[in-house]
Amino acid sequence: MDRKIRILVAKPGLDGHDRGAKVVARALRDAGFEVIYTGIRQTPDMIAEAALQEDVDVVGLSILSGAHMALVPKVREALTTAGLEDVPLLLGGIVPDEDIPVLHQMGVRGVFGPGTPTGVIVDFIHNELREPL
Amino acid sequence: MPDLSTASGLVAALNEGNRRALARVISHIENNDALAQPLLAALYPQAGAAHLIGVTGAPGTGKSTLVNGMALAFRQQGLTVGIVAVDPTSPFSGGALLGDRVRMRDLAGDPGIFIRSMATRGSLGGLAQTTADVVMTLDAAGFARVIIETVGVGQSEVEIASTAHTTIVVEAPGLGDEVQAIKAGILEIADIFAVNKADREGADRTVMALQMMLALGGTGHQQILHHGRMLPVDLPPAPPADGWTPPIHKTVATQNQGIAALVEAIEAHRGYLQHSGLRQTRDRLRAATELRMILRDLLLQRTLAAIPAADIAALVHAVAAREIDPYSAAQRLVARTTS
Amino acid sequence: MSLFAADPLDQIRRERARWEEETRRQRPERQQAFITTSSTPVRRLYTPLDVADLDYGRDLGLPGEYPYTRGVHHTMYRGKLWTMRMFAGFGSAEETNQRYKYLLAEGNMGLSVAFDMPTLYGYDSDAPEALGEFGKCGVAISSLADMEILFDGIPMGEVSTSMTINSPAAILWAMYIAAAEKQGYPRGQLRGTIQNDILKEYIAQKEFLFPPAPSMRLVADTIEFGSQELPQWNTISISGYHIREAGSTAVQELAFTLADGFAYVEAALERGLAIDDFAPRLSFFFNAHNDLFEEIAKFRAARRIWAKAMREHYGAQDPRSWLLRTHAQTAGVSLTAQQPDNNIVRVAIQALAAVLGGTQSLHTNSMDEALALPSEKAVTIALRTQQILAHESGVANTIDPLAGSYYVEQLTEQMEAEANAYFRRIAAFGGVLPAIEAGFFQREIAEAAYRYQMEIDTGARTIVGVNDFVAAEPIAIPILQMDPAGYDRQIARLQRLRAGRDNVAVQKALAALADCARGPDNLMPPILDAVKAYATLGEITDVFRHVFGIYHEPVHF
Repeated sequence: MDRKIRILVAKPGLDGHDRGAKVVARALRDAGFEVIYTGIRQTPDMIAEAALQEDVDVVGLSILSGAHMALVPKVREALTTAGLEDVPLLLGGIVPDEDIPVLHQMGVRGVFGPGTPTGVIVDFIHNELREPL
Repeated sequence: MPDLSTASGLVAALNEGNRRALARVISHIENNDALAQPLLAALYPQAGAAHLIGVTGAPGTGKSTLVNGMALAFRQQGLTVGIVAVDPTSPFSGGALLGDRVRMRDLAGDPGIFIRSMATRGSLGGLAQTTADVVMTLDAAGFARVIIETVGVGQSEVEIASTAHTTIVVEAPGLGDEVQAIKAGILEIADIFAVNKADREGADRTVMALQMMLALGGTGHQQILHHGRMLPVDLPPAPPADGWTPPIHKTVATQNQGIAALVEAIEAHRGYLQHSGLRQTRDRLRAATELRMILRDLLLQRTLAAIPAADIAALVHAVAAREIDPYSAAQRLVARTTS
Repeated sequence: MSLFAADPLDQIRRERARWEEETRRQRPERQQAFITTSSTPVRRLYTPLDVADLDYGRDLGLPGEYPYTRGVHHTMYRGKLWTMRMFAGFGSAEETNQRYKYLLAEGNMGLSVAFDMPTLYGYDSDAPEALGEFGKCGVAISSLADMEILFDGIPMGEVSTSMTINSPAAILWAMYIAAAEKQGYPRGQLRGTIQNDILKEYIAQKEFLFPPAPSMRLVADTIEFGSQELPQWNTISISGYHIREAGSTAVQELAFTLADGFAYVEAALERGLAIDDFAPRLSFFFNAHNDLFEEIAKFRAARRIWAKAMREHYGAQDPRSWLLRTHAQTAGVSLTAQQPDNNIVRVAIQALAAVLGGTQSLHTNSMDEALALPSEKAVTIALRTQQILAHESGVANTIDPLAGSYYVEQLTEQMEAEANAYFRRIAAFGGVLPAIEAGFFQREIAEAAYRYQMEIDTGARTIVGVNDFVAAEPIAIPILQMDPAGYDRQIARLQRLRAGRDNVAVQKALAALADCARGPDNLMPPILDAVKAYATLGEITDVFRHVFGIYHEPVHF
C-alpha cells in the first residue's frame, strides 16, 4: 500500500504571476504530496479534465488578478460536469474578505491570502482529507 | 450511477467509457491497495491489442513536446492514445512535482486522449511493474496506442522502456554530450532514434554520431533484448535475416516538424514486429519476466511475513558482521518457510 | 611584494584580525548569520581591506562621466529631480482619464499607463478569454477609440507617457501615435516609453503571446521605427522589475536584465542599425526592494557594467549610448497584506534606495497595492513620500553620497562580479533565447523564490506583521469600486465601433498586415494603418497569432 495525496495546482485566467503557485507546488512536494502542475492560462475545462485524469484528491487554484469571482464558479461548474463535485477546491491569491463567504458557498473549502505560510496549506489539506471519525 | 467503490463496478464503468472510473482504477493500481489485484485480474484478459510505445531520453531533449506531437499525429489517423508520463519522486520527501501535462496542452479536450502523470514513488524494482500495469489498464480501456514517457536515466528507465513494443530514444543537440544515451546506458534499447530540436546547431553531428555507433554496434536487435531486464527464456530461433535497423529521425517537436515521419517509423516497426513474429516473442518475453518478477515479489513477501522480524534482523546483523555470507543467510530463511 | 613594504593596509589587516577575534570571543551576536534580502551573507564590518582593489578613476569616475557608477548626469538631482511617475490605470478609459487629470494636477510629471489583463494579452474586452478581467489590473484599451478617450483633454505632445505593455506593445504604441496625431501633434515630438521587453516575459512575467523569434522581430521593428520617426521615444524599457517580483535575487535581477539588454542590442545590430543610432533610446526599469545598501549597489553596478559593455564590447562611440538610464519602482512583492499601514514605511525605505542609487524616475507603490488597486488617498501618500525625500530629507543635495562607503563599494564590486559570472553561464547556453528555452532563468528564479519563502516559513527571515510582531487583526482588503457601468459602456462602444467603421478598409488593412508579417519588412507602418482604420487590438493580434503561432512555455521549478 503506497497511498499518496495527489493535488492539482493550476492557474486559470490570464495572469502569469506564477511565483506563488510554484512556491506552493514545491512546498507541497516537500510535504510528500504528488503535485500535478499544469501551469498558467488554464481554462476551466482543462482544469477539470486534468483533475479527472489524474484522479487528484484536491484541486488548488492560484488567481492574483482579482478575477476569482468570475473564474471560480466556472471551474466549479466544469468540475461538477466532469463528475468531480466531491473534489475539494482551494484558492490562493488576493481575495477580499467579503468574497470569502461567497466563495465558500461556491464550494471553495479554503482560501489562502498573501503571507500564508506554506505549512498552513499543508496542514489544511491533511485535515481536509482526514477520514471522518 | 456506476458503483466506483468496487472492482466489478469500476471495470464495468471503465468498459462503458467512464473516464473517471479509468482514473480511479489507475490510482488503485498505483497505490497497490486491496482493489488492485482484482482489478488487474479482471482487466488483464481485455488487454493486448494496444501498441505500446516507450519514449525515453535525457532531461531537456523535449520528450513531452514530442509525445504531444506524436499523439496529435495518431489522432489524425483516428487512433486513440493513452499517455503515461513518469517523473521521479523526491527521495527526501516522497513527494513529486509532475509537470509533463504543461507541454501537452494541445491534447486538452480530446476524449480520444487520456494522460496520466506518474511518480516513481521510489519503489525498488516495483516501478517497472506498476508502470506496466498502468499501461495495461489503458490498453484494456481500449486505447489503440499507449505512449510511456520516462526520464532517460538509470536502469529503471531501461526496464520501463523495455515494456514497450517500440522504444524511441530521444536525443537533442547542445546538451553537453553528443549522444546522451551512451552515458545513460539506454542506447541499446532504441528501436527508433529521434534527434529532437534538430533546428539547433549540432543536430547533424548528433545524427552522425548515432549512425557511427549503430554501424559499430551492428544492428542485431536480439542483442538489445539481452541488455534490458529481459532474462533468458526459451528463445525461439534467431530472428529473420531481414533485421531491424533503428532509423534516426530528425524532429523539431515545437514546430511539428518530422513528427509524421517519426509516427510512420513507429507504425513500420509495429508491422515489422508482427511480420517477423517478434511481437509474439516480445510479448512472451514480457510475460515470462513479469511472472518471474511477480513471483519473486510474492515469495519475498511470504518469506518476510512468515519469519519473525527479529530473526531476520539477527541474520542481517550476522551478515554485516561477516559471520555468515548473505547467500547462506538467504538459504537459511527460505529453508524455514519451505520445511 | 617586498617583505618590508610599508603597506598601509597591513596595519588595518592586523588590527582587524585582532578585533574580529576579540569580538567573536567576547561579544555574542543575536543571530548566527546575517544575510541580505537576496540571502547574500553580510560581514560584521567592512574596512579599506574590502575595497583594496578599488581604483577611483577606473571604477567610479565622476558623475556624468564614464563609467557612470556615480550617476548619469553631471548635476544629478541638483540639476533636476527624478521624475515622479505614478503608474495608474483601472476600469474604462473614461475613469482612467479622470485619474490622469488628477495626477497631473497633483504634481505628477509624467503619466504611466497600466493596462488590464486582456489588453496585455491582445484581447478585446468582449473576448471570451477576457472573462472577469476587465479593468481589474489596469485600463482596458481595445481600439484607437479607447485611446482617444484615455487622453482626452491631455496634451499628448507635452506630457511624457510610459506604457507598460509588452507582447502587443507595437499595437498600443501605434494607437498612441495615431491618437496624438489626431490631437495635432507630429509624431516626432512625442516623448515616452513603451516597455516592449519581451525577453523578461519569457523569463518571469509570462505575458508572452508569440514564439521568441517573431516576438524579437517585433521588438527590432519598433526600435528601428523609433530611431527613424520618434527620436524622443524610448522604444524599450529593459525590465528587471518583474524578474525581481517573480522571486529573483538582486544579482539575478541585475544580471538577467542586462543580459536581456545585450540581446536587444544584438538584435538591433543584426537588423543593420548602427549602435549609436538606437542605443541612446534604450532605457531600463529596476526594482527597489527592502535591503537599502544592496539595492543602492545594484543600481551603481548596473550603470558600470552597461557602460563598460557598450563602450568596450559593442564599440559605441556616443557617450549617450553608454548611459544606463533607469526607471525604478518600489517592490510590490514586499508589501504585506497584514498591517498594511507598515507598507508606507517599506515604500519610503525602498524609494530612498532608488534615489540613493541614482534613478531617473520613480514609482512609489501605494500601501494597499499588494491587495487591490490603490485608493486615491494611498496614491497620494506614496507620491508625498517621494516629495518628502526630494525636498526634506536632504538626500538630493549631493551626488551619490554613499560612494566610498566600504560596504557599498564592496557590494557594488561583488554584484558586478556575480553578474559577470551569470553572463558567462548564459553565454554557455548560447545566449538568452537558448537559456530561456532550457529554463535556466526560470529555474534560478524559482529556486531563489522558494529559498526566500522557506526563510520566512522557518523564521530565519523576519517579515514584520507576517511571521513576527503579528497583530491579531483581520486582514482587510480594500476594494476600489469600479464603476459597473464602465464595462457595459466599453462593450457597447466596441460593438458600435465594429458596426460603424469601414469594415472593407479594416479587412484590407488586416490583410496587408498579414502579408507584411510573412515578409521581412517593418511591421509598424501596416500596424498604424490598421489602427487608424479602427481595427481592434484583438483583430490585429489575431493576425499575428495566426502568422506567428502561439507560444507555450516549458515549466521549470
